[in-house]
Amino acid sequence: MHYDMLLLRFGEFTLKGKNRTRFEKAVLNHVKLLLKPFPGASLRKEFGRIYVVLGGEPYEQIIQVLQKVFGITTISPVKMAPVELGAIIETAVALMRELNVAEGTTFKVNARRVWKEFAHSSQEMNHLIGSPILREFQALRVDVHQPDIELRVEVREQAAYIFSDVIMAVGGFPLGTNGKAMLLLSGGIDSPVAGWSSMRRGLEIECVHFYSYPFTSERAKEKVIELARVLAGYAGRIKIHLVPFTEVQTAFTRTGQDNLIITLMRRSMLRIATMLAEREGALALVTGDSLGQVASQTLSSMNVIGRSTELPLLRPLVMMDKQEITEIAKRIGTYDLSILPYEDCCTLFVPKSPTTNPNLWVVQKIEASIRDLNALIEQAVAATETLVLESGGAIEGRNEEVIQEDWF
Amino acid sequence: MKYFDYAATTPPFEEVITTVAEIMRRHYGNPSSMHRYGEDADKLLKRSREVCAAALGVYPSEIVFTSGATESNNLAIKGVALQYQTRGKHIVTVSTEHPSVYEACRQLTNLGFEVTFLPVDAEGHVSAEQVCAAVRKDTILVSIMHVNNETGRVQPVHDIGAALKKQFPRILFHIDGVQGFGKLPVDIRGWRADLYSLSAHKLRGPKGAGLLFVREGVEIFPLHSGGSQEQGFRAGTENVPLLVGMSKAVRLAGERQAETARRMTEWRERVVAEVQTIPQLRLNSGEEAPHIVHFSYPGMKAEVLLHTLEQLGVAVSTKSACSSKLAEPSRVLQAMGRNEAEASGGIRISFGDEHTEQDIDELILALQQAVAKLESLERWKR
Repeated sequence: MHYDMLLLRFGEFTLKGKNRTRFEKAVLNHVKLLLKPFPGASLRKEFGRIYVVLGGEPYEQIIQVLQKVFGITTISPVKMAPVELGAIIETAVALMRELNVAEGTTFKVNARRVWKEFAHSSQEMNHLIGSPILREFQALRVDVHQPDIELRVEVREQAAYIFSDVIMAVGGFPLGTNGKAMLLLSGGIDSPVAGWSSMRRGLEIECVHFYSYPFTSERAKEKVIELARVLAGYAGRIKIHLVPFTEVQTAFTRTGQDNLIITLMRRSMLRIATMLAEREGALALVTGDSLGQVASQTLSSMNVIGRSTELPLLRPLVMMDKQEITEIAKRIGTYDLSILPYEDCCTLFVPKSPTTNPNLWVVQKIEASIRDLNALIEQAVAATETLVLESGGAIEGRNEEVIQEDWF
Repeated sequence: MKYFDYAATTPPFEEVITTVAEIMRRHYGNPSSMHRYGEDADKLLKRSREVCAAALGVYPSEIVFTSGATESNNLAIKGVALQYQTRGKHIVTVSTEHPSVYEACRQLTNLGFEVTFLPVDAEGHVSAEQVCAAVRKDTILVSIMHVNNETGRVQPVHDIGAALKKQFPRILFHIDGVQGFGKLPVDIRGWRADLYSLSAHKLRGPKGAGLLFVREGVEIFPLHSGGSQEQGFRAGTENVPLLVGMSKAVRLAGERQAETARRMTEWRERVVAEVQTIPQLRLNSGEEAPHIVHFSYPGMKAEVLLHTLEQLGVAVSTKSACSSKLAEPSRVLQAMGRNEAEASGGIRISFGDEHTEQDIDELILALQQAVAKLESLERWKR
């Protein structure tokens, strides 16, 4: 197949009236970022659309990348022709030839004359382009209502665009157009999906991960970094804050309140995430909670845990089934990483019978009894390491002496 | 001396040599160890897997690292045979396959498997119809090479994969891709391959490293038992330095494929044209890979021509390197219907991406001189 351009169409935010320009700009920037590895490709903006001029770059690969851009609903690979009927027909025939139509395929031409100076009206063009195609491809039948192939022709002043494929993209709101939030990212299946769902609603995400070295291995941490890197594939780049949680966690083990330990840990995690959110200018916390999935996700637990922060607590998966979540994880490419068998800090000190119905008053009393809890929390924030992950690229903010890119 | 035996092996990239040495020195940890040394080695391994997967257009989890193409081919064929023998015990392959496929299949016949070795036409091709016609109820595997290592013949792997999977989706399809990758476009998914073998040293990587693509969902019976490395398909501590070296070579070969093919095709056409003007030589011509020219000097022992060319400063090959020390005529040429004299007189010239126009001039000159010299020494001929 040979195509000249990709046509990107926007989704629901086109209803946004005055803010539309801001949304379009966000998509444009995001596309620009993801096209960096394709130096030949360039962008052209028209009202309500973006075109990627391929400049010889592989269109299939670029489509794969752009299908991940939030705010884009569909993508069409486009052939270009000079604004001249003969050339338009020739290009349309060439496109049909490449589609390799099977016997009995139904088809119609849908022409649009955007540039009104062009000599033939849209109606005329449907006919003028359709007839030679039908002559050349005996296998085709016309069906103007539900054709298998709708060959679309747009005549504009500079060029005519010819295309038929409409490829679904991810949709949603452009990245970051609805503000920024902190995602509590564990190594499990749920939290990466929660992050992706938030990004699709236009939230910019920074990740917070808690690790408990030496109780958890360095590999558990690496796994989470990899998960965040998958998310960076959607965002272009993503920040991850790695919080050393061992001291806080072990402080709770000394209280002798085994069945409350998860509740206590979660509350401290939210406090730390809140402090990081304030430092980074994020206005909400996102978690992978799904109602009733584990003890800490009963309504009662959510109540007690949620009261440790004043920030809005967003739980995109709260009403989803595990199976639905797993399916999304597979689709967005986090599942295989999530099921790698490394312990993380949440699975580490799981008591025999964690409470499903914690008492806020008791929990607060235990917290008050740990004299240095606030200091430990502050220390954890201070010792937090922040990395910036670029989609497909190296990791910033870390001395990556092991991996030397010129070795590969 | 000019080297024209790239189909046998290639000189490694200078950067590959440096990388392998550097990693041997610095990252000797066992990738399965828990400590920092192990983790570092594991990171390198992981990145190698990603790089190879990207070059092949597959998932990293589908790459099994091996010691080279012989192991990859054996693992693919015996691994599938042993794993799926309850489905059936019949395998389809071609009479012109590389020894590591051919002999692996032959060995399986001692274990109660039946193998159909498909004949080829005079051009060395096997067709999709032939493959499908050979399929039986108990067929579990079809193994076809992409490019023949001796003659450079390209098999229609796309057509074979399409026809096979359309009619018999349960039969596994293995492609020996060793001579094709880096020279021709490769489309593992489009070819519907379940298994695909590659070797590093044919791509200017190190010897002793290779890989087998195993499509997600396909199980193979491991030939080495031991640890759970390589998803349990291939036990044994991974050779991290060589595998990193391989990933670099695979990446470069993939990136340069189009350009490599363009340059090699030009040289190939020149050499082919020259061979055609020398009446004593018979081109084993047809649809071929850009890096191999293969011809016969009927009546002349190939070895004599090889050594004559060597005296004139050009290193070429008779048959494949793997079997060139055997005295028998080429199995591949015989399968293509060549008589014994022709099959004993085969010469293979194979290019590398760093050859120059001048190298080709020298090669052509040497070829003319060698034939002239041998012609004048009539009594040496036989």
